[in-house]
Amino acid sequence: MATTVTRAAEDATAVTYAARVEHVSKSFPAPGTPGGQQLVLDDITLDVAPGEFVTLLGASGCGKSTLLNLVAGLDLPSAGSIGTDGRPALMFQEHALFPWLTAGKNVELALRLRGVAKPERRQEAERLLELVRLQGSYRKRVHELSGGMRQRVALARALAQDSRLLLMDEPFAALDAITRDVLHDELTRIWQETGVSVLFVTHNVREAVRLAGRVVLLSSRPGRIAREWTVGIPQPRRIEDSAVAELSAEITEELRGEIRRHGRH
Amino acid sequence: MADTDTGARTDASPAAGVPRDAHALAGLEAGLDALDTVRTPRTPLRETLVRKVLPPVGAVALVLVVWQLLVWAGVAPAYKLPAPSAVWGEVRVAWLEGTLLDYIWTSVSRGLLGFLMALALGTPLGLLVARVRFVRAALGPLLSGLQSLPSVAWVPPAVIWLGLNDSMMYAVILLGAVPSITNGLVAGIDQIPPLFLRAGRTLGATGARGAWHIVMPAALPGYLAGLKQGWAFSWRSLMAAEIIASSPDLGIGLGQLLENGRNNSSMSQVFLAIFLILIVGIAIDLLAFSPLERWVLRGRGLLVTR
Repeated sequence: MATTVTRAAEDATAVTYAARVEHVSKSFPAPGTPGGQQLVLDDITLDVAPGEFVTLLGASGCGKSTLLNLVAGLDLPSAGSIGTDGRPALMFQEHALFPWLTAGKNVELALRLRGVAKPERRQEAERLLELVRLQGSYRKRVHELSGGMRQRVALARALAQDSRLLLMDEPFAALDAITRDVLHDELTRIWQETGVSVLFVTHNVREAVRLAGRVVLLSSRPGRIAREWTVGIPQPRRIEDSAVAELSAEITEELRGEIRRHGRH
Repeated sequence: MADTDTGARTDASPAAGVPRDAHALAGLEAGLDALDTVRTPRTPLRETLVRKVLPPVGAVALVLVVWQLLVWAGVAPAYKLPAPSAVWGEVRVAWLEGTLLDYIWTSVSRGLLGFLMALALGTPLGLLVARVRFVRAALGPLLSGLQSLPSVAWVPPAVIWLGLNDSMMYAVILLGAVPSITNGLVAGIDQIPPLFLRAGRTLGATGARGAWHIVMPAALPGYLAGLKQGWAFSWRSLMAAEIIASSPDLGIGLGQLLENGRNNSSMSQVFLAIFLILIVGIAIDLLAFSPLERWVLRGRGLLVTR
């Protein structure tokens, strides 16, 4: 099986994508059956254009987090190829901030590992915290921050990697509705300001439509691309907009159909 | 099943389509932050004194009172059970002769130097055992076994191999303390949430940089527990070595002091030595390890105030 993982920034050719997933499949050893393989992702082909915001939507077991891990380079595909424009940044459902560092130092660690010189790190960290509206929280410990603030620091830390692609794995799933709503607005604003490409995984249809320029629906077991929608509603949107609700209803109907298929056999 | 927000409402809220202005958003966010932020105030000094210092001081006073009562009741002759005042007399004499601090320093300097050597050996060994599967399979059980072996057992072979000198003391300390420090670090590394390691890898912290920036700080609480135990083992091993192996070249540490007391049938000197050994152990824990541990846990929000 041919698998390649390309970090496009390493060769000099111009890239026209932030991420390119071509015919990617992924199997894991099936539990209980020795030597057996369970197909999790089946022949996924997906491009994320520079500056594009794509949400990957699917029910449990569709392998959306697996796909994100593959794009992040944390795991290798069983078949197919994945190319990204430089090393992508990754944000998790849990904030994954390091509790032994302050908010500011968490951001600075990302800068340091990226090779930013010491004198500039402090200033750059302050700028990024300001971008997520956490100016003045530099010295705060992680446990002193609320859930929403932690995710904003995590976003600042991900942005500190200065990647052209930001991967987000259900980053707002554990937050309350009001905080999530506010963070949607913030993410849209930051996406527009920085021009970063985003590949955002969620199981929340409204969230997918609220945020994305394109919604990709994955079927479950194995994960295949079921359908795609281009969202033409101008940003900034709100989750309660009628246009968002309408498209969400259509996508939800499709998603329910996908889930129902699994109940039939 | 997944939460899919199946809101098929077609009626829009009045604000629909109107972009929320940035100022209002910032205000909303500031409000949320203020409501959600938890402040943990530090306990005032007075309360700390009443709740943390008074009980142990009271317990010590009680022991002294019971001891004095037993002496007065004459449950044992004075050569078996000296009065507290007799032990205090030993302290005074040793202090006035200027030997008290010498006894303590001889043992403490040996113990600390031995502990530092154990630290320098045990830390890289712990990293190796935790991160290299083959090394773990080979050395893991051996280290756990060594940890349960009383280090007194090492004194006779150490004397035969190395002679009656300081190297023999250090060898015994190392054999006692290295397994504790190594096992503490291994336990600390095993308990690191995998999420931190994944987050570290996506930030580019791999190999030595990963060990320095992610693995070591994440494992610090377990590592500190190992160090604390390592110190206790160093101190115990050293006392065993000093009691068993005495030689004029070795100087008089607390272990020799105790052994000399036995040879001179001076129970008050034996008691003095025991108290000094105890006090040094408690003092190191109280002055070095406990503050360090509390500082690490407080920084991570893991300190539960009781």
